[in-house]
Amino acid sequence: MRKAGITGRGLVVALPYFWLVLFFVVPFVIVLKISFSDIDLAIPPYKPLIEWIGKNSLAIRLDLNNYAFLFTDSLYVHAFLNSIKVAFVSTLLCLVVGYPMAYGIARSSAKARSFLLLLVVLPFWTSLLLRVYAWIGLLKANGVINNVLIWVGAIHEPLNMLYTPFAMYVGIVYSYLPFLILPLYANLEKMDWQLLEAAEDLGCRPWQAFYKITLPLSRNGILAGSMLVFIPAVGEFVIPALLGGPNALMIGRVLWDEFFSNRAWPVASAVAILLLLLLVPFMMWYQSVQARESAGAR
Amino acid sequence: MANSGDAVKSAPWRDPAARPYVQIERITKTFGDFKAVDDVSLNIYRGEIFCLLGASGCGKTTLLRMLGGFETPTSGRILIDGEDMTGVPPYERPVNMMFQSYALFPHMNVEQNVAFGLKQDRVPKAEIAERVATMLELVKLGGFAKRKPHQLSGGQRQRVALARSLVKRPKLLLLDEPLGALDKKLREHTQFELIGLQDQLGVTFLVVTHDQEEAMTLASRIGVMDQGEIVQAGTPSEIYEFPSSKFVADFVGSVNIFEGKLIEDEPEYVRIGSEELGGTIYVSHGISAAPEATVWAAIRPEKIFMSTEAPADTDNAVRGAVQDIAYLGDLSIYLVKLPTSKVVRVTRPNTSRHAEAITWEQQVYLSWDASSPVVVTR
Repeated sequence: MRKAGITGRGLVVALPYFWLVLFFVVPFVIVLKISFSDIDLAIPPYKPLIEWIGKNSLAIRLDLNNYAFLFTDSLYVHAFLNSIKVAFVSTLLCLVVGYPMAYGIARSSAKARSFLLLLVVLPFWTSLLLRVYAWIGLLKANGVINNVLIWVGAIHEPLNMLYTPFAMYVGIVYSYLPFLILPLYANLEKMDWQLLEAAEDLGCRPWQAFYKITLPLSRNGILAGSMLVFIPAVGEFVIPALLGGPNALMIGRVLWDEFFSNRAWPVASAVAILLLLLLVPFMMWYQSVQARESAGAR
Repeated sequence: MANSGDAVKSAPWRDPAARPYVQIERITKTFGDFKAVDDVSLNIYRGEIFCLLGASGCGKTTLLRMLGGFETPTSGRILIDGEDMTGVPPYERPVNMMFQSYALFPHMNVEQNVAFGLKQDRVPKAEIAERVATMLELVKLGGFAKRKPHQLSGGQRQRVALARSLVKRPKLLLLDEPLGALDKKLREHTQFELIGLQDQLGVTFLVVTHDQEEAMTLASRIGVMDQGEIVQAGTPSEIYEFPSSKFVADFVGSVNIFEGKLIEDEPEYVRIGSEELGGTIYVSHGISAAPEATVWAAIRPEKIFMSTEAPADTDNAVRGAVQDIAYLGDLSIYLVKLPTSKVVRVTRPNTSRHAEAITWEQQVYLSWDASSPVVVTR
């Protein structure tokens, strides 16, 4: 038997846990703590949770008002629902755009494949913020798209695209598309294309073969990719703020306002915790899909 | 051999009036500069098991895929039951294919896999259930209807694939290396099952294989393919006993080939002088070859007699030393080295448990009947 002590293996296993504890568990506990605190005009702007009151007595005061407040003010409920709607629609749009792309890459030659995959990840080489700003340049009233359309004579007045839901969806779909394409491609790439020939041999037209064979077999890839879009899109802040204009009421925006404008840290923390709770089921679903996918079971 | 039923007995390919069921007319398929299939014409008759036999890359699978509609011929046409298949997509052909990888749908159970083609054709539900059940009984998978493919053994999967392709009652069933993925014992067993099934259902089979034993067992006729061409087509015994070329003789079974020249060329017999053999070969039938032309005499190992005493004749006899022996149980293979340093392969059945022992290094005499050698000119 090996004596207890620091082993190489132990170190390798411990490092990621240490990382997670330091940068995930600790901040989470802090946020959780703040969400149960009272607001205060101080630095930091909340009252401590644990206080000495008098001799030998320790009081822990959990303020549930922050949470109750979120359900009484329709703004928050509305923002939550709207975030889910936006994330859901964005996911669908990503699927519609991304599935054919992933499928096309998976069916292309090995040589073309690596090049096409490079194109998919190429946007990651610059910062998200820059790319979203670039979209402003494309979409604004005298931006590239409007100018080209006017120049070819398709329109006479510039289209109002920037600061509309359209612009926001364009931004989200554009930014999250690689997250959908990559897992979906990884799934489709493992597909045995002879199954499609077998289906055609048994009487399927090509689109029927796609619907009956490819689509059900790529289910795990679809789910994994969709979750990778949906989960971050719910809490998305930058893109709606830059492209969506003032009416894009999303939970990320609310969080920002509470935190920086209102300095209502406890309420902001409660929003963050609720957002997390909302997303946990989706994350768990994603995890189970991932586990199934790597187990190879269809 | 338990070859397929009626088609073999009546041998329709010898009857000029018989109408072929599948007509392959001057089919060529090129991929870029490469001719995968080169001007192949072939007639297959109803109820046959026709085997395309050849090494990998000889074009047999390409030919099969053109019959299935997965490849378009560069030129030529295919008729099935008199109907031109040009431009007919796979899903409209009266043909089904059993894929080498089986290509079972992993997300469907056995029953759903087999029912797939019938559902696609909108066969009434009750009929589907009945036909699927019958077919599963036929391939002895009655108890496995609800299993998923990954829960089955290789042999069971093979039978699901077979059931799935047969349940639509195709006019022609294409089988791509149908037994390739099975181990030897199971393969032998399945070969006979396949023949029985074919006989029962009367479906015409076209089998592609690289395994000559498989082809010999299954086929009513074999087409030996090489470099995109069918070099010889005939019954298994024709292919084995009367190969038309060195390639066929060598590819089907094992053979000893001696290069030589005609030294006597008579209508009733020929005599071949072979330096390789270090003697003469007397053949009891005439052949058609140019005088002085190089010919090859092919003699099967089981048709060579081996003894320790010198035979009386000087033709068709040669002396050598046993170089190696492989004991296979039912028979033994002897590699005999001639003085010319050519090594001859001889097989002898082990008819007795205490056979006279011929052992390593021993001097032996080899001889054969004058009717045994096959003389080929290419």
